[in-house]
Amino acid sequence: MEELNALMQGFAVVLTPLNIGLMFVGIILGVLIGVLPGLGGANGVAILLPLTFSMSPTSAIVMLSCIYWGALFGGAITSILFNIPGEPWSVATTFDGYPLAQKGKAGQALTAAFTSSFVGAFVAVLMITFLAPLVAKFALKFGAPEFFAVYLLTFCSFVGMGKGSPFKILIAMAFGFALAAVGMDTVTGQLRLTFGQSELMRGFDFLIAVIGLFGIGEILLSMEEGLEFSGKSARINPKVVWETWKELPRYWATSVRSSLVGIWMGITPGGATPASFMSYGLAKKFSKTGSKFGTGEVEGVIAPETAAHAAGTSALLPMLALGIPGSPTAAVLLGGLLIWGLQPGPLLFVEQKDFVWGLIASMYLGNLVGLIVVLTTVPLFASILRIPFSIIAPVIIVICAIGAYTVHGAMLDIWFMLGFGVIGYVFKKLDYPLAPLVLALVLGDKAEDSFRQAMLVSQGDLGIMWSNPLVGSITTLALLMLCWPLISRLLATMRAPKVDELAAQRPVD
Amino acid sequence: MTDKKSSDPAGSPVLVKNCSVDTVVAAIMFVIGAVVVFEARNLGAGWTSDGPGAGYFPFYIGLIICISALGVAWQARSPKTRDEDAFVDREQFGRVLSVLLPATVYVLAIWILGIYVASALYIALFMIVLGKYPPLKSVVVAVVVNAVFFMMFEVWFKVPLYKGMLEPLRLLGY
Repeated sequence: MEELNALMQGFAVVLTPLNIGLMFVGIILGVLIGVLPGLGGANGVAILLPLTFSMSPTSAIVMLSCIYWGALFGGAITSILFNIPGEPWSVATTFDGYPLAQKGKAGQALTAAFTSSFVGAFVAVLMITFLAPLVAKFALKFGAPEFFAVYLLTFCSFVGMGKGSPFKILIAMAFGFALAAVGMDTVTGQLRLTFGQSELMRGFDFLIAVIGLFGIGEILLSMEEGLEFSGKSARINPKVVWETWKELPRYWATSVRSSLVGIWMGITPGGATPASFMSYGLAKKFSKTGSKFGTGEVEGVIAPETAAHAAGTSALLPMLALGIPGSPTAAVLLGGLLIWGLQPGPLLFVEQKDFVWGLIASMYLGNLVGLIVVLTTVPLFASILRIPFSIIAPVIIVICAIGAYTVHGAMLDIWFMLGFGVIGYVFKKLDYPLAPLVLALVLGDKAEDSFRQAMLVSQGDLGIMWSNPLVGSITTLALLMLCWPLISRLLATMRAPKVDELAAQRPVD
Repeated sequence: MTDKKSSDPAGSPVLVKNCSVDTVVAAIMFVIGAVVVFEARNLGAGWTSDGPGAGYFPFYIGLIICISALGVAWQARSPKTRDEDAFVDREQFGRVLSVLLPATVYVLAIWILGIYVASALYIALFMIVLGKYPPLKSVVVAVVVNAVFFMMFEVWFKVPLYKGMLEPLRLLGY
């Protein structure tokens, strides 16, 4: 068991007092980010990234990934107590979580949510432990065409699995690619799309985009509603936790199913949000008490939370093994790796063993620490939500501005952040998805490089994308995904239309 | 967040509908796409002696933007798929501007006063003007929040922030 040995070594790397301390700091900051409107996993990690510049890569990634776990946990608190999803993936948690809180069973709902989050993440980490090295080993044989095919698959999956207009998904994606192209061309050294402005030579950093799109955009959206929080109070005592835990094994089938849904949606760039909805829908269909879903069923909390956490965790697998992130937050973590001088991708498993296995070990520990922290500190975080929005809003804008500035120490970036905020607000309102935009901005240069290399090898012949069975099948699958909206429409006209009852509530991620 | 948009159907007058904004955004995107295509052609979108030119990839990206923008515009205009829901009504628009305009002034202020001073002023004024808090409380909150940021960035994590023309703590070495 080579993996187990490596994992044990990873634990040895992570288990220093400093790293354990950073874990707690990260989880607490993460829950805070998850609870506050306008700060989410992606932009929260982006803002806090500069804080880690002076740390060793392992300590830094331990803290950042713990912020991520914390944000995943935090989303559940607001959905259950306040009926406000702190994160898009916790929308499905409100369906049964808030009714439970109204019935006075908030403690039970929160315990169930946190525990199933933990279970989902745990199953996903187990999967990463054993699958990631295999994927990386396999990917070591990849050449430029294979890598481009995987990029193509990533982006085409957004079109195939996304909700809403495929044109809008394409625009969001291509806009990201266009922004990524601004600046110095990595191959020829020519300046592209800078229009003679030397400030644009650096190009657009995706961290700035993430902070603006998700942070400022979200604040503008929340402000529009004139938000006034009115929530249920919650106390979690050991008795409630124990009672709920005794009940949970009954729902093992839901947990297993939701974990699998989450893992699948996380590895393919479906993301945590569709995963949580899909698993809620499935749980409703298969449960004996399915008709009571929506009125406060514990099972209706377990299903989306397990899936969201499993998806959020497994999104790190393609990031680690291939260098292709499965979600905006994974993209930010990938950006962090680059800043610390680590090249994500299959070679990471060979050259940076300590780092990779330290990260995987910290996923186990981080989620355990997270579970303990959230179970003990819920009342504290719930009270943060009672701080009026007119204090929270300016503070969050200040945090975003500081975050944008610290990335490069450039004043212009703060203006860009504001601009991206407006774009984020308009795009969110018109149902343009933001995840493809961010991923295209991150991966733009690399996707282009692998495309050019492939074209160089073949002297401009696109046939190289089908030159061997592996690259051929990935490319074909990608094109199938791209055309999926058309194909599914054709299929739908042949069959009776099926009503997707959750479609209306599902946010575009 | 999409499900909350129609919260007050009988509220203040609708300023613009989704389909109009959709068309405008599509038009802007089309222009952006066209600019990208044009620039890419200038850079050399074809095959150069040593492989694809610098404009090769952006050229097709620009093309995708243009075509998709036409698609969105068509969807927004065609009677079957057009979205007549309100994009924003007057009250909402006012609320959004009440955050966006001060934020713009704030970014301008950062430029001159530096992050800490501008942030303290911004938080205090936001609380007094929009939140209707007593001035003393607002100032205390603003100063405390910025003191925490200062400790966090300058002292604990050693990341210096932009101080503009004012450097009140230069004497202390920050």
